[in-house]
Amino acid sequence: MNVRKQWFIFVAMLRANLLGYGGGPPTIPLIHKEVVQTYKWMDDEEFSDIVALANTLPGPIVTKLSGYIGHRIGGTIGMLNAIVAAVFPTAILTILLVGTLASFQDVPVVEGMTAAIAPVVGVLLIVMTYNFLKQSKQSVGFWSTFFLTLVSLIVLEWLNIHPAILIVALMVIAFSRKPKPSSEQEQAQKGS
Amino acid sequence: MIFWNLFVAFLIPGVVGYGGGPASIPLIEHEVVRRYGWMSTQEFGEVLAFGNALPGPIATKMAGFIGYDVAGIPGALVAIFATVAPSLAAMLLLMKILLKYKDHPRVKNMTSFIRAPIAVLLGVLAFQFFFMSWEGAGWLQTGILVGASLLLLEKFNVHPALVILGSLIYGAVVLS
Repeated sequence: MNVRKQWFIFVAMLRANLLGYGGGPPTIPLIHKEVVQTYKWMDDEEFSDIVALANTLPGPIVTKLSGYIGHRIGGTIGMLNAIVAAVFPTAILTILLVGTLASFQDVPVVEGMTAAIAPVVGVLLIVMTYNFLKQSKQSVGFWSTFFLTLVSLIVLEWLNIHPAILIVALMVIAFSRKPKPSSEQEQAQKGS
Repeated sequence: MIFWNLFVAFLIPGVVGYGGGPASIPLIEHEVVRRYGWMSTQEFGEVLAFGNALPGPIATKMAGFIGYDVAGIPGALVAIFATVAPSLAAMLLLMKILLKYKDHPRVKNMTSFIRAPIAVLLGVLAFQFFFMSWEGAGWLQTGILVGASLLLLEKFNVHPALVILGSLIYGAVVLS
């Protein structure tokens, strides 16, 4: 085992994740900086292939990227190493911070603090809601988004069907539809 | 049994949560609050707020805290494993096939329908927090906090961690 290399993997992933606020999109360029520029483990093309792949799969993006890159550079130990660096420090911080707050929950000042958090969390979630609706409109248009939103609302909140079932069903439907030629392909055909 | 439940609760958001961290938040809430009743919506909101204020991936911070809260350090490890392992394993195993088909129109279209249901889950959760705050702190304080944080986040691009810190200070001074 190359200890030096494993240490670099750990440092690279730790640095990228500690500086990356707000999950995937802000962290990916930081990982790119470490992996492509600082340590030169791979070129731009390979890195963008890995990001594209990570985006086609579900689950958190950053852990897929870190784990995959760790595996590519340092084998199974590299993978575990990268995941530990990416995940553990911030998970432990969350446990300490929220745990401390919870143990003082009857103190009036802390009660006031937790009361003020709920509306702010609501705003953060509304902003995410808006972003997902915007992305949906960009990819399937306004009316499909409207219809899908209405169907989801009925299925999830009124019929109380588990969201996983709805998501898998919608993926199967989308996959089995005959794809429309994209505008790029149309242009290519016109050009030829 | 508790470890199996923790595993399932974090496996499902990891497997159907397309769109990274934000997409998995309402799916985690569905399991942790609605299905298993491990915590209240209020407590979930606190974890989410602090998770958002700290750096690093959001899903694993939530998994770490909730797993620890439910079943100690082994619980945290099980929940983090369930969040990370399935999609990472799929990526390692399917690399060659995925590289070949990643630009196939059908594969590209596959996730096009599921942003709307994730938006619905996020929106419903958001309204639960507004309603909870309305009942707890009253409509005036809720309005002030919602208006101020929306303005700071979207108009002035203030960092979410600072907005959360600001709301904590406001709460400690005004709402205690």
